[in-house]
Amino acid sequence: MSTASLARRRSGSAGSRASRAASQLVLYAVLVAGSIIMLYPLVWMLMASFKPDSEIFSSAGLWPDTWQPANYIKGWVDAGIESFGRYLGNSILLSVGAVIGNVLACSLAAFAFARLEFPFKRTAFVLMMVTIMLPAQVTIIPQFILFHALGWVNTYLPLLVPKFFATDAFFIFLMVQFIRGIPRDLDDAASLDGCNPGSIYGRIILPLLRPALVTTSIFTFLWTYNDFFSQLIYVSESRLFTVPLALRQFMDGTGQSEFGPMFAMSVVSLLPTLVLFLMFQRLIVDGISTSGLKG
Amino acid sequence: MTGFAAPTASATSLASAAPSRRRQGKWALLFLSPWIVGLILLTAGPLLASLYLSFTKYDLLSDPVWTGFGNYIRMFTADPLWWQSVRVTAIYVVIAVPLQLALALALALLLNRGIKGLGFWRAAFYVPSLFGSGVAVAILWREIFGSSGLLNQILDLIGIHSTTSWIGDPTWSLGTLVLLRAWEFGSPMIIFLAGLRQIPQDLYESAEIDGAGPVRRFFSITLPMLSPILFFNLVLQVINAFQVFGSAFIIGGGTGGAGNSLLVYTLYLYQSAFGNFQMGYAAAMAWVLVVIIGIVTAVNFWFSRHWVQYADD
Repeated sequence: MSTASLARRRSGSAGSRASRAASQLVLYAVLVAGSIIMLYPLVWMLMASFKPDSEIFSSAGLWPDTWQPANYIKGWVDAGIESFGRYLGNSILLSVGAVIGNVLACSLAAFAFARLEFPFKRTAFVLMMVTIMLPAQVTIIPQFILFHALGWVNTYLPLLVPKFFATDAFFIFLMVQFIRGIPRDLDDAASLDGCNPGSIYGRIILPLLRPALVTTSIFTFLWTYNDFFSQLIYVSESRLFTVPLALRQFMDGTGQSEFGPMFAMSVVSLLPTLVLFLMFQRLIVDGISTSGLKG
Repeated sequence: MTGFAAPTASATSLASAAPSRRRQGKWALLFLSPWIVGLILLTAGPLLASLYLSFTKYDLLSDPVWTGFGNYIRMFTADPLWWQSVRVTAIYVVIAVPLQLALALALALLLNRGIKGLGFWRAAFYVPSLFGSGVAVAILWREIFGSSGLLNQILDLIGIHSTTSWIGDPTWSLGTLVLLRAWEFGSPMIIFLAGLRQIPQDLYESAEIDGAGPVRRFFSITLPMLSPILFFNLVLQVINAFQVFGSAFIIGGGTGGAGNSLLVYTLYLYQSAFGNFQMGYAAAMAWVLVVIIGIVTAVNFWFSRHWVQYADD
């Protein structure tokens, strides 16, 4: 609104109104050109997914001369030993499991940090913050050795179990910040009514924490769905493949005649992310701008 | 945003109503138990274990053999591939992060000019970041910069005939990886945009009355007011960029690319650990990475005193 008042003052004379219109025109032209450059590769991929292989790399034209939707069928059916649907299902299952783990474990820890008094609280909190910044590479090798010894390689357990132990400490921090914003009077009143911390967590904090839980769920889903490193390390059995692993296999197996189906499945692989973004755009933008979550 | 302060102990308001401190402590232990187990078994334990392993030779099958500083000596004095991975990663971080942040800031400034349909434009510039870290986009990148890929097709349209595979040519391949990161400027852009909204408009109005032009206003108001957020983005993106893996893995075909031009640090670490089963050597590499990231971040913080201006200074 203060921008608007500035604009009003600027548009005082006819001359400056014209120059303002011109600068607005330039601004929109830059935005249109910029967004075309940004989105062109993605649109090119979408269009290529409908082209026969002979056409993909021979013409720069966006619009297919020959439409070949069969790329999608071929890609879906011939994705590997299983169909691409299986891999998509695996990825979604894994991501949903990770969401459940993070929501449960991180909210429990966050409640303790935000609402309960206990010895060494400050130290524990600092430790928790330090683990957020710790690069994953420094723990991955002993973790692999541990999970290997437990016989968990080629299962989803190494990818899921850590979430149930709140190893994604960033979300603890996010929830602590949110709980601090919930009035303590509510806890006190419940306490006087005889609620113990367990029921304060379950009946008061958890329902009010919903926005933070939704943010946690969205980002956990996105990160797990897109994660490549740990899935590459722990999963090598074809029927357990996730979307990133299936796509990688596509790429490795690509002779000179499989690009259409590969692009088709790449497009399919982006759909869950896109749907999530369109549904929760507001929350994703807020999540990034208030806490620096990487999208 | 950077409020990393510990929670303050405000037990006073609870004193009457809440259960005793001792009982609270028991409840806290209950609530924290998953996190404590995770911290010990999955974070702190592995952290120390990898420090120990870094002084050993270990192939996962036979017992670790103590080799003292052997891994570190080999890394620094006898492993050209390690130096190559450091060089590739350093170039990547030094070029890609400033490029990404410059684009993010430029777009945030444009989007902050009271344009119509802000949500649409923001989404258009954010969507590449949404997909960017996925394997699908890395595959796409591989084909765009291939010998008959989109880039060469476009060059052909403007009369430049090129059959260079930009991915296959060691001179250019790292450039394509840098470009991929620069393309994903959505998150820092959104953070900048939120920061720009916090700058009081009357600062601009009074500067304009004093006769300051747009360039002057940018350098004497916008940039200083935005510097804490710029710093925040810089620290975060540098730490992220050091750990780049998936895109380099896919674009380089899992090998490190032509002439190892895409052999980023974590890729070499992955190859050492899970390709050659040199777990001890890879653990040493991981610790060196942590130290490098720690030093770079500390230097970043040290320099920040000279250019970051906080509102309450």
